[in-house]
Amino acid sequence: MYTTDMHEGLTAETVTMKGANGDQINAFFARPLGDGPFPAMVLAHHMPGWDQWYREATLRFALRGYITITPNLYFRAGHGTPEDVAAKVRADGGVPDASAVGDLEGGMRYIRGLPFSNGKVGIFGTCSGGRHAYLAACQVKGFDAVVDCWGGRVVMPAESLNPKTPVAPIDLTKDLPCPILGLFGNEDSSPTPAQVDQHEAELKKHGKTYEFHRYDGAGHGFFYYHAAMYRQAQAVDGWTKVWAFLEKYLA
Amino acid sequence: MCTMIVEKVKIEGSGKGVNGWFQLNQANVSYDHPFDAPYEHALNIDFVNESQGLGARVAVELSEQAARELIRTIQEVLDQAEAGGHLSGHE
Repeated sequence: MYTTDMHEGLTAETVTMKGANGDQINAFFARPLGDGPFPAMVLAHHMPGWDQWYREATLRFALRGYITITPNLYFRAGHGTPEDVAAKVRADGGVPDASAVGDLEGGMRYIRGLPFSNGKVGIFGTCSGGRHAYLAACQVKGFDAVVDCWGGRVVMPAESLNPKTPVAPIDLTKDLPCPILGLFGNEDSSPTPAQVDQHEAELKKHGKTYEFHRYDGAGHGFFYYHAAMYRQAQAVDGWTKVWAFLEKYLA
Repeated sequence: MCTMIVEKVKIEGSGKGVNGWFQLNQANVSYDHPFDAPYEHALNIDFVNESQGLGARVAVELSEQAARELIRTIQEVLDQAEAGGHLSGHE
């Protein structure tokens, strides 16, 4: 817990890291000052892109004591304002799952190479990032905890699978090696409460360690303080759940 | 990309972006998360010309009702123009 007599600080900058297929991509990186060892987080940004909310979230995790890296999953689409880049990606039907997972794995490996890491790395994502975080946690060895905030399309009917999204994340549940925290709004349409039920049932079936919290009066994206979907009370409670979960599994 | 509902269409015309007018050659129409409109999902249209960079974009984000009304209105205006004999070519 922070008290006013503490000295604290962090450093943050854009870095270059190795992503999917060995591609060099950029990422926003922040860490607490000091020798550590610190736990770490990889953040999977949302559909609106590698934007200001995610840069600020990176700082927020670092200020809480986590080495944090947020890879630019849209790097290959080109450069411009985050919205213009994300609009291009949206028009192209999103990035391939393999690309996002490879980039997130690269972020995890980047952190694991740092001398001030405590060896524990979690992954957090919202919206499409929640889905990508779950995919990465299931498909890549090396994540110790996953936070899925309202990740849509974890449950996918067979007819919606395609070369970019060849596997429904829910079908990988048996491979999940770490605890998961899920935060969802009961007024969300992607994922719907019924889809969250399906996901929870699958986790239970495979004996996974999970913690799902569902919020009335909230829909999609209720953490986004810059948008109409923000829900103050639910967001405050949700962040409290995030910090407690990460403290439990990464400290 | 929580719905992945998107279609691209080739178009001709001009759009006014942050750097002034530019030639349009494509519209990307999606029903997905908007960047600004206060809806979980919106009917988004990006009028673009990718050959001029990702910033060559005119964006609108509409409610479903607004989008349907716009479709009807465009059709009505084109019908009036046709009835008036104005659609013989680009003038």
